[in-house]
This record gives sequence, structure tokens and C-alpha cells, in this order.
Amino acid sequence: MPLLEIKNLQIEFGSGARAARAVDGVSLSLEAGKTLCLVGESGSGKSVTALSIARLLPSPPARYVGGEIRLEGRDVLKMSSRELRGIRGGIVSYVFQEPGASLNPVFRIGAQIKESLGYHRPAAATDAEVIRLLKLVGIPAPESRLRNYPHELSGGMQQRVMIAMALASQPKLLVADEPTTALDVTIQAQIIELLADLRQQLGMAVLLITHNLGIVGDLADDVAVMYAGQIVEQGPARAILQRPLHPYSQALIQSVPRLEADVERLTAIPGTVPLPGSFPNGCRFHPRCTRAQTSCSAHPPELDPVQTGRRVRCPFWNASVPTQADSKPA
Amino acid sequence: MNGMLFRLSHRLFWSAVTLLGTAVLTFLLVNAVPGDVARVIAGPKASAEVIQAIHRKFHLDEPMWKRFGHHLNQLAHGDLGQSYVTDQPVADAILSRLPVTAALAALAIVLWMLFAVPLGVLTAKYSGSWFDRWILVLATLTLSLPAFWLARMLQYWLSYRLGWFPVAGFRGLSHLLLPAGTLALLFVGYYARLIHSNMTEVLNSPYIRAARAKGAPEWVVLFRHGLRNALIPVVTILGMDVAGLLGGVMFVENVFALPGIGTLAVQSVFNLDVPVIMGTVMFSAVMVVTTNLVVDVLYRWIDPRIKSAA
Repeated sequence: MPLLEIKNLQIEFGSGARAARAVDGVSLSLEAGKTLCLVGESGSGKSVTALSIARLLPSPPARYVGGEIRLEGRDVLKMSSRELRGIRGGIVSYVFQEPGASLNPVFRIGAQIKESLGYHRPAAATDAEVIRLLKLVGIPAPESRLRNYPHELSGGMQQRVMIAMALASQPKLLVADEPTTALDVTIQAQIIELLADLRQQLGMAVLLITHNLGIVGDLADDVAVMYAGQIVEQGPARAILQRPLHPYSQALIQSVPRLEADVERLTAIPGTVPLPGSFPNGCRFHPRCTRAQTSCSAHPPELDPVQTGRRVRCPFWNASVPTQADSKPA
Repeated sequence: MNGMLFRLSHRLFWSAVTLLGTAVLTFLLVNAVPGDVARVIAGPKASAEVIQAIHRKFHLDEPMWKRFGHHLNQLAHGDLGQSYVTDQPVADAILSRLPVTAALAALAIVLWMLFAVPLGVLTAKYSGSWFDRWILVLATLTLSLPAFWLARMLQYWLSYRLGWFPVAGFRGLSHLLLPAGTLALLFVGYYARLIHSNMTEVLNSPYIRAARAKGAPEWVVLFRHGLRNALIPVVTILGMDVAGLLGGVMFVENVFALPGIGTLAVQSVFNLDVPVIMGTVMFSAVMVVTTNLVVDVLYRWIDPRIKSAA
């Protein structure tokens, strides 16, 4: 039994005629101790999917209209609020995009970590344990940091505190929702390294949400590429990075800046992700796809299995696929 | 620490400027008011000699600049002068009435915050629900009630007709219940909406989501993580209202005939009792300036971000 299994998840925002389906039939599975990367541009529904695992979407406006989210076999969508509090932190912990805004500005960081301990490991809610956690995430002189307020730390340190807070409850799954987007590039690398380290040390599963394919290769066992609320390609990370099959995955990988490439401009995908509620007919990517056929606007493609462990939502995946061996992200 | 001292002395300097400005303005305004206090004291049939004697007694025959100098000199020595009408020192009159006003204000604030905090938090949590809408209607209603009308209505129905409260006067705390309730009713809607709007904003913050993600119970999320942040802007407004109330609650004190600073101020205007008018205005100004200082200090305690920004 996988640690996390999402089946045909459908999430809408709003209701009635104005309901917008932000997540449309997403299925994912993550084994204990493994790392899955959810990749896509902003607005693709990856964060919504990630937040739904512990039912953290504000509802209303969010509504879970279909599907299942199973954590250790239990359906999160059917849980009482009491059960939910148990799995929040208890099984799945979160690290968010903006560490500065995700820490409560009026409480000391020691108290905030201790709060998390108090809910899930009350016996360990001590200064000593908080110091151990701060040390674990690489905060220098943790004894003196306990009484700091969040604003007294740098962005990188704040994110380390967030990670310590997430780890305090000893979760089996760590969901990192764009954990490095708000940080400097050098700090980004440190945080990714820290996550990779901790995953090894603690044997947690990690669900990493990112739009940066550059960090996928360092961490992921598997990758799911999302576009407009759907998964367009999923499979083993190595295979997808080396030979992406869906035109969107290819475009994403091509838009990763490379040091060795001798080009003046960054490759970008023209256009923007359509908003939920105004997805185009047929294939949702076809207006931006360089290889679109006339039939693409007529028939919505299925997510078909194409090789062992790989699925692609494009009927033309096999037609003249460029090799990406020489464009592997740095 | 030096920064803190500098800030404090800076604040104190400007507080003094504010008070000086208040003194100048009140003096000018009070002297611009038509009417003669001597006529009020001696009555309409008094002879010219009596009127002149009174003028001399209060130095009213001297030029304005001289009287102003005298007034400032007095103020600088902490002396508010003596009432024209009762001869009582103004400072004594104010201080003897402060306990009633302060008790009334404190009771009212406790009452309205007791209702406004849960209402504001819950309407933010259930924003858009029928509960939220009804509270909004009620809040708007209480906001638009004129103070003197509400006080009279409550006095008539609850005290006179139903006999639940003493009608007027002051003989113990029970006489403060209805006046404080009236004040609370006048303020509760405003505070409920103020807390509602701050709380709505706070509830959308990432740290609220992060608190839920930790497994915090909803009441901890709302009242610990949320409210603490939502109250930061409320403290400023509350500080101003505290200052306003301590300076005298004119309408409510007068309707319920409470011996507070508000009734003193109103009486002094009717009597053209200039030293008392200026004394109560100065006292209000001192209250405003002091509560501002207190709020400033309080801010550092409730919002740790301010310390390093200063």
C-alpha cells in the first residue's frame, strides 16, 4: 500500500455556473521514503493538489467534487476535523513557499516549533528537543536562536526553521510547496541539499512542488508534470528529464537556463497557463503547442501508458520526438 | 537602548508641543465666546458696580495678552486655576470626578470588547454566512444610533419602565451599569467590524495555513495565531477611544446625571466658567497625549517587529 495515493481528484473553486475546476482528475501515488516532484507553471494546479492532501484549502471557495486522497489507506476527504488534526503534522508536514510569511510574526521561533511538538509528541516539547531540531536543519548556535522572532532571521534561516517545525512531528511525508522560490539562488541550493539530506537521514517520503526543473534531477525519484489542472506526463525522473515525451514537458525542460548553452535569450513557452474555468477545448495545451495538429482542438487526449511506468497525455508523443540528452539541465 | 531613549524624548517633546498648542487654542476660543461670566454669577439684575467688581476679581478687566501670560504661567506650574463659580481649584474638581469617568470608561471597554472580540473573530471565520450578515446589520444599526437618543431610550425603558437599573445619579457601581452598557452598545458594532476586517486579512496569511498544517485546533488558530495579529491595529484605535472617554463622556454622563468629567465640562460651558472649561480641555489633551505614549510602548510589546524597526 503506497503511503499516499490520490485517485481521480477533482477540486473546484466556487459553485454553480461560475465553478472553476482547478484540479481535474489527478491521480498520483507515492511510496514511503520516495520522492515525487510535481512540476508545472504557476496556475497549473500543483499547489492546490499539494494542499489538498491535508485538506488545507480554504473551503469555501474550494470544493472537493470527486476522487480520493488516501494517506496510509485512509481517505482524507472523509475524515472528521479531529482526524484531520491528527494527520496534519502527524503523517504529513508542509514547508511553504514564503518562509517569512509562513512563520507567525508575533511568536518566537522556539515557541512555534514547540507548538508543533506539543500536538504530536507532547513528551518531547522541550527546549532541548527544539535545539536538536534546529541543529538538524543546520542552524548555527541554535541555543541563542530559540528566542528570536522570525523577522530577526534571514530568508534561508527562516526556511530552515519552517523545515525544523515540519520535522518536529516526525511526519512520514514532507510536502515542500516551492520551498526555494522566494530565496536567493545560493540559498536555494543549500535548502535543496538540506532536504535531500534529511530525506536520507529520516527516511521520509517527499512531495516536492516546483516550477524549476533544475532541482528535480537532484531529488526526485518520480516526476509528474501538471498543466491546467491535469497531469500531462508522469514517470521516473531520470527518464522524463532525459527524454520528455509530452510537448509541454519538452518546452519546460528547454526553458531551464543552461550555463554551457551559447544563446542570448532564454527559451520561454509563449503564452500563459489558461485559468481554471476557461480551459480550451480538446488538449488544454494545444494553443501554446508548437506541434499542435487540427485534431488537438477537438478531442481531449487521455493520459495513456506509453512505456513501463510512464504515461503521457498526447496522442502524438511518438511523432518525431527530439532527444533531450544534450539538453539535460545543469 | 539609546534609540529607545531618543524616541521617547522625541515623543515627549512633541507631546509638550501638542499641549502648548491646545492651551493657546482653548484660550483663544474661550475668549471669542460672547457672554459675560459676571452676568452669569451675579444675575441679570446686578448693578454695574457688582459686575465691575467681579471683573476685577477675575482680572477680566486686563488686556487679553496679559491674562494669557498669566494663564500659561499657571499651567507651567501645574495650576489649572480656580472655578469662577465655586472657587474650587479646577484640578481638584477634575480629580474628584475622574474615578467615576474612569470606572465608567473601563466598564464600557470591558463590556464592548467582551462582545466585539468573539463577534469579530467568528464573523471573519464565517464570512458571508447569514450569521456574518446579521451581525453586519446590527453593527451598522448601533453605529448609526445617536448617543443622546440611545441613552435616553435605554434610561426610559430599562430603568424607568422596567426598573432594572437605577434611573440616574451615582451611589455605587450599580449606577454605572446602564451608562456603561449604553456606551458599550455605541462602540461594540464598530469594534466588531474593525476586528472582523483585520481578522479577515490575517486569516488569509500563510502563517495561518501553516498553523493549521501543524495540526493546531481551530480555536488556537483563530484566537492565538489569528487574534494576536488582528489586534495590533485595534490597539491604536482603542487607545484613541480610551483617551476620548477619559476626557469625559459628555452625553452619557449628562443623561444619567453621573458626577464625571463630562458633566463638569458641560456645566462649565453653560456657566461660562472659563477656568473649568480650559481645565477640562487641557485634561482631555493630557489624556490623549498620555494614552498615545502608552499605546506606543504597548505596541512594542504586542508586535515584536517594531523594536528593530525603531
